[in-house]
Amino acid sequence: MARFVADTREFLPILLQGLWLTLLVTAGSLALSTLLGLIWALMRVSGARALRWLAKSIVNVIRGIPIIVQLFYIYFVMPELGVTLTALQAAIIGLGIAYSAYQAENFRAGIEAIDKGQIEASESLGMGWALMMRRVVLPQAVKIILPPYGNTMIMMLKDSSQASTITVAELALKGSLVAASTFKYTTVFTLVAALYLVMSIPLILLVGWLERRMQGDRR
Amino acid sequence: MIELNDVHKSFGANEVLRGITAEIGRGEVVCIIGPSGSGKSTVLRCINGLEGYDAGSIRVGGTHVDRHSPAIKHVRTQLAMVFQRFNLFPHRTALENVIEGPIYVKGARRDEVIPRARELLSRVGLAGKADAYPSELSGGQMQRVAIARALAMQPKAILFDEPTSSLDPELVGEVLAVMRLLAEEGMTMLVVTHEIHFAREVADRVLFLDHGTIIEQGPARELLSKPQQPRTQEFLRRILHPI
Repeated sequence: MARFVADTREFLPILLQGLWLTLLVTAGSLALSTLLGLIWALMRVSGARALRWLAKSIVNVIRGIPIIVQLFYIYFVMPELGVTLTALQAAIIGLGIAYSAYQAENFRAGIEAIDKGQIEASESLGMGWALMMRRVVLPQAVKIILPPYGNTMIMMLKDSSQASTITVAELALKGSLVAASTFKYTTVFTLVAALYLVMSIPLILLVGWLERRMQGDRR
Repeated sequence: MIELNDVHKSFGANEVLRGITAEIGRGEVVCIIGPSGSGKSTVLRCINGLEGYDAGSIRVGGTHVDRHSPAIKHVRTQLAMVFQRFNLFPHRTALENVIEGPIYVKGARRDEVIPRARELLSRVGLAGKADAYPSELSGGQMQRVAIARALAMQPKAILFDEPTSSLDPELVGEVLAVMRLLAEEGMTMLVVTHEIHFAREVADRVLFLDHGTIIEQGPARELLSKPQQPRTQEFLRRILHPI
């Protein structure tokens, strides 16, 4: 036990450097995936056939390719096309794009769940599409979208470890580097797992709270 | 004010409007009655462009109604609509529902709209409910908020689509009372309804619709007391003496 405490004291600062990158990748790709997902979703429900088809195709292409391949593509292939990115940038963009497909489907489901009567009431007041989305549909859709959005956040936190495949020294990669050089696999990976759990638990509690609120309050 | 000229509309193979021609003048109160599926609501929804129509023409205050033209906004701000299922915005209070259109569609100033909205709410008997959310209101109260929301747009006419059909019977009266008040103040109203008594007391004219055609029309009292067409007689007998 004393051994474990001493090792923890030694390894934790190194792992925390990785944790910082994990948070950075997660936050960055979450923001990007939310923005792109909202754009795809709005294109899908816009009523314009060309936009709908384009968004559907984009989402299907993204969904049909493994995240790891998308990351390789952005980090290794883009430089050949003249776009050079740091590993961190590539990770955020790659995960952001990959997850935008799932975000889009969630947003679309939320928007389409809004009662048609709300749309007719908005139209009969003379609202245009954009105003109706902003003032009537999206504020109501948010309540439907939030619980699955919380789940997506948890998945993205864990999937940020895929950034290790393109050399971002986030928590998982830092862990395996430390473990490989010290042979203290048990200690290191226990710490790594514990750190992921510590980051996930607040999100898990948040999702539970959102789901309860969603059921309680129909407002 | 509202002119329909030989309006046709089909949903797939089902022709729901088969040549509707009618005119609603300024200040007139016209009730549309008829069996379910006769096309009553569709007429209303075509007038403000919630539905398109296939042939014929509709004009509102001289503007041609085409739901895909930018002019539809102009039509809709002149015609308010009250729905069977209220369609209040559930995430906004009664007062916020009423000021939404004037502020965000017409660009009115908040500090000018709010006093007017409060006055409208008290006119429909809901002065104390300004800060209540729709989920905290009864059906009758929700429909009166919806009427206040319609009035806040200062429309030239209001379309009512079965405004009392989803209310508990004991709450119907409070909504009809507000509508009667509007009629007496000279509001132009086109009302799709099953409330024959209301039609007789309040409407100037009644149109009887069946299978997408106007079977009979005329002054309310006359048509409802002495219908000429057998189809109208049959309908009124069934609705007034269900057993």
